[in-house]
Amino acid sequence: MGKKQFLNKKNPPISTEQEDWDLIIKPKSDLFEINLSEVWKYRDLMWMFVKRDFAAQYKQTVLGPLWHFIQPLFTTLIFVVVFSRIAALSTDGLPPLIFYLSGITIWNYFSSCLIATSNTFVSNAYIFGKVYFPRLVMPLSVVLSNIVKFGIQLLLLIAVMIWYAVNGTEIHTGNSFFFIPLILLMMAGMGLGLGIIISSLTTKYRDFAVLVTFGVQLLMYATPVVFPMSAVKSPDLKLWLSINPLTPLVEAFRYGLLGAGSFDAMQLLYSGIFILLLLIFGLFLFGKVEKTFMDTV
Amino acid sequence: MRVIKAENISKLYRLGQVGTGSMFHDVNRWWHTMRGKEDPYLRVGEVNDRTQKGSSDYVWALKDIDFEVEQGEVLGIIGRNGAGKSTLLKILSRTTSPTTGTIKVKGRIASLLEVGTGFHPELSGRDNIFMNGTILGMTRAEIKSRFDEIVDFAGIERYLDTPVKRYSSGMYLRLAFAVAAHLESEILIVDEVLAVGDYEFQKKCLGKMKDVSESQGRTVLFVSHNMQSVASLSSRLLIMNNGLVRQFRDPLEGIEFYNHENTGFDKNRFSGKAEKGVGDNNYLIVNEYYLCDETGNRKTGFSNNETIVVNLNFEVKNTDPLLTVGIGLYTADGVNLFWSIHLEEDNPVSLHKGSHNIKILVRDLLLNEGNYKIELIVAVHNKQWIYRPEFNAPYLIFSIFRQPGLRDIWSSKRQGSLVPYVKYIK
Repeated sequence: MGKKQFLNKKNPPISTEQEDWDLIIKPKSDLFEINLSEVWKYRDLMWMFVKRDFAAQYKQTVLGPLWHFIQPLFTTLIFVVVFSRIAALSTDGLPPLIFYLSGITIWNYFSSCLIATSNTFVSNAYIFGKVYFPRLVMPLSVVLSNIVKFGIQLLLLIAVMIWYAVNGTEIHTGNSFFFIPLILLMMAGMGLGLGIIISSLTTKYRDFAVLVTFGVQLLMYATPVVFPMSAVKSPDLKLWLSINPLTPLVEAFRYGLLGAGSFDAMQLLYSGIFILLLLIFGLFLFGKVEKTFMDTV
Repeated sequence: MRVIKAENISKLYRLGQVGTGSMFHDVNRWWHTMRGKEDPYLRVGEVNDRTQKGSSDYVWALKDIDFEVEQGEVLGIIGRNGAGKSTLLKILSRTTSPTTGTIKVKGRIASLLEVGTGFHPELSGRDNIFMNGTILGMTRAEIKSRFDEIVDFAGIERYLDTPVKRYSSGMYLRLAFAVAAHLESEILIVDEVLAVGDYEFQKKCLGKMKDVSESQGRTVLFVSHNMQSVASLSSRLLIMNNGLVRQFRDPLEGIEFYNHENTGFDKNRFSGKAEKGVGDNNYLIVNEYYLCDETGNRKTGFSNNETIVVNLNFEVKNTDPLLTVGIGLYTADGVNLFWSIHLEEDNPVSLHKGSHNIKILVRDLLLNEGNYKIELIVAVHNKQWIYRPEFNAPYLIFSIFRQPGLRDIWSSKRQGSLVPYVKYIK
């Protein structure tokens, strides 16, 4: 073996070269190292994930995308029977079918965003462990692909509304369709923010994953999905419900689409600020975890 | 131009279970730090040797590693399982962060730690090319422009619209490597992906990697256990051992070093030269015992169409008509291929008193690729052992690399330890 060459570690050759590196890998990330321009660079990947979601979800099923209709429809029917027929809860003067379907449509968007993004790290560990891309692409693609699902369900809702209108029921479409995208955006922010926080915590303790699945169910009852705010008489209860930043979103969605429900700019502003803070905290936590989560997941 | 500069890279791992069970540890750690005591779990500093049981739950998978890579280099990385190779590649490909140190990189890195990352079994080959390509950092437009090339390289045109779950593992690999090989990154990181795939495809991949570095000036870092591909491909070698690293400018030299360190042969016995007190006898003293080729270059890696020359230099103190020297050849598994002593020749060299220099020639086209061991035999024939193989004899380790002399009809290597020419006559 004789002349083996050990490079002298203590005295690396003095670099006289330029120091314009494209990438510096180092242990700790800066406080906010979410590189949004990098996420933008990977937009094609985001789109591929959305596409994959759809292509893969209903492979080898008979009904395929029809499941997007069946699930909310049946839930709505159950709600009509339980909450409207049996419990006789108010539906804000709307036909129960439309009332519940509208609530479920917007709620489903939030809950599926939340549940899917809260699994980001754990369920994609096998990909994350093998290749680098901005991790945020994954939850963002979830939010996007759920928008498509939301759109499909919205079509169902509109079809039902038209059906009612044709059959002579008076449907006041709200004159403020335009803020439905805004509400959707806020819902997305809420689902994403909460989702990435939970996914960051789940990398070490899976307890949070369990918490999410039934927490979302409970949260629905703390949000005016199966009942309108107008039916809540107790001022204490009203206060508690309005602490929930989702309350004004669901109410405003109904208001925008159906003209029923309430619209309170201050409440929406409160939700907006809440969501913004949630997102900032979420991105901070996500950025902290994404670098080393492979070691703990 | 330097494209990668790694300084002081270390990586600390916690052993054992992490997750649900470690809540107690976290609480305990918090409780200790609250009282101003040191972390009870962080007794750090052990070198990572997987065979030794350590006292701490934490190990350094990498410890203070420095290296640099120049543009257009092919850097081979070898080392035993658990030596830290994959950890290094993981850090380079940013799937995890180092505990200390920085790596500076110029250009885009594409890492191929696995084949077909992001492949979805339900999607067709076509869709998966796009899926995999975008995951590896290409844009759709880039993939589109090279799509035909990729399909052509993979040679799976017929299956392009079949879900990849119906693919054979070889086809899957072909497709995956094809995508990766057409990446437009300046630095390509490859981990052991050539282990699958048939010989023809492996050669194609190796050729592609060589081409990528030589003609396109791109840099390749690759980990492999296949010494042959390391030897033929890399321009420089990094040997990892227990989280530490050694660099070799000449890959063949590195491989020889590695073979000596890691062949798994019995290391309790001395190797190379005779030590004092071992094989003490009244007959002779061995001065030199080494391998070289026919022109006299010392080496321990041979191709299978080369003659292996065993050089033996010794001094006879007292002679005996039955005094003999020879060799015993063993495979890495310890199978004895043959023994030979000089007295078996018709007119054996006479071992008179004084110094002798004997060359023992092991002919070409005898040994198949692999690692072998040559043990020295010295004895008074049928009377007394002086150096006895597998007992007290000095031994040398060497490797045979395949030199495609036979037609490339065997997919990987010809079966067996020997590669004689065999005639087939009609």
